[in-house]
Amino acid sequence: MSISGASAVVGIAETDYVRGSTVSNLERMLRTAQHAVADAGLTMSDVDGVIPPPGFVTVEELAANLGIESLRYSSTIAMGGASSTATLQTAAMAIATGVAHTVLCVVGWDGYSAMRSGAAATRGTDRPPSGPNPMTRTLSQYYRPYGVRVPAQFYSWLFNRYKLLHGVPDEAAGAVAVACRNHAQLNERALMRGRPLTLDDYLQARWVAEPLRLFDCCLETDAACAIVLTSVERARDLRHAPAVVLGVAEAHPYPADDLLSRRDPLRIALSDAAPRAFAMAGISPHEVDLLEIYDCFTYVVLLQLEALGLCGPGEAAGFVADGTIGLGGRYPLNTHGGLLSQGHMWGMNHVVELVRQLRHDAGPAQVPNAEIGVVTGWGDFGDGSVAVLARAR
Amino acid sequence: MSKRADQPRVPDRPLPRPEGLDAEFYAWCGRGELRFQRCGTCRAWRHLPRVLCPSCGSDQWTWEPSTGRGVVWSWTTTHQQFESGMGSRLPYASVVVELEEGVRVVALLADDFASTDLRLDLPVVVEIEVISDEIGLLVCGPSRHHP
Ligand SMILES: [Zn+2]
Repeated sequence: MSISGASAVVGIAETDYVRGSTVSNLERMLRTAQHAVADAGLTMSDVDGVIPPPGFVTVEELAANLGIESLRYSSTIAMGGASSTATLQTAAMAIATGVAHTVLCVVGWDGYSAMRSGAAATRGTDRPPSGPNPMTRTLSQYYRPYGVRVPAQFYSWLFNRYKLLHGVPDEAAGAVAVACRNHAQLNERALMRGRPLTLDDYLQARWVAEPLRLFDCCLETDAACAIVLTSVERARDLRHAPAVVLGVAEAHPYPADDLLSRRDPLRIALSDAAPRAFAMAGISPHEVDLLEIYDCFTYVVLLQLEALGLCGPGEAAGFVADGTIGLGGRYPLNTHGGLLSQGHMWGMNHVVELVRQLRHDAGPAQVPNAEIGVVTGWGDFGDGSVAVLARAR
Repeated sequence: MSKRADQPRVPDRPLPRPEGLDAEFYAWCGRGELRFQRCGTCRAWRHLPRVLCPSCGSDQWTWEPSTGRGVVWSWTTTHQQFESGMGSRLPYASVVVELEEGVRVVALLADDFASTDLRLDLPVVVEIEVISDEIGLLVCGPSRHHP
């Protein structure tokens, strides 16, 4: 049995991306879930699977509030920012096997507001603030005593080595930051709409943790996203062109609970996941029309472009040059603005944007005739996930 | 009146609060000794501390001394304050050192060592700053016997 081509994303919804909200995170997630189900042209009585995010809400709370009476399947993926795209794999498996027919995946958080209320301790840790966490022991016992507490710092060990080994110029990360910011100007929901960024602005910005400058880092945001998946057969009778799950995979680095004791810490988990996802989809990475790449930091995008097989090790700097990743280029990247310029929504905003593109409903950011695209996730100490979605023919 | 309430409290550098094998690692450091677990069966070194040998599954191991010699694997220099107890040190370099035994550790760059002098594969030594009987922290200093 293959899960390739068995299921499709049929409903999407997202809130605005804001800093400071009067709505509770629970209410925000519930409203967004309702909108995603309505967008699909379905009702809550059609939903029999729910995948909530780790840490922010329970499946019971979601189902009770939404009136989902016939729940047959639930699970939670604890892969930090890789969870949203990995959720597609779990949902696709449930649907392909008939365990569930229609699965609702929702995520939301007060990424800005909660982090401001005395919670500097968790600021930027790229994790929900509660629940068991594979990073806690390593951070508290072996990184924090040396002043390293947040992803901007511990990922920078990888970024710095990557940059020096391959002679990557600052302008490569800058090209990612500027492309995302340019695309955000076309997105009325993006936090950074109306605030353009030039490469010079990027290079002049202050250091956060070298080699990261201010605009290498994503935006803490209050927001929510939801998607609905169902079988391809059912999808064909619904409102929108289905975004079919052609290939999907996740991978966990070894060991996943420490960045530094790996054989080669620069070999990221996506290097293992991507070939599986493309093989399942039956396409080469060079056949995709657009890229929605998890971008908690610019350098994470460079590493992932190589891991996807779009270019060789150390070649991402050349890949992102000359407008290749801008709208109008061969591989438009993060057409919504990404975590860097739309807002941090755990990468579910990347899934939502890819589906919107495949529906040909992305407004001024539409990639002409987008038929097939790839979305990735990156989380915790480098967990990876990837999905290839295609517009149903 | 021994303590004045209006005196601003300078936050301390964050310290590990280790338990189990982590506490054993830091207790050696508290005695000024850098030691890592070494498998009694396949002889593989390991860090972070683990209950079993990930290479062969053995539960036999001892804490064996490291030479402290190694090379710079990477580093990051932090400019923004994420840790109040480190505020007075900004900017500071947190260095990843690959030791001769093959394990990698994080250490703070020694005060007399400029972060601008750091290079990949630069020979360095990891030394220990003893904090208490239970804890010593790692410091990355210049190699005294440059090859
Ligand atoms: Zn062994």
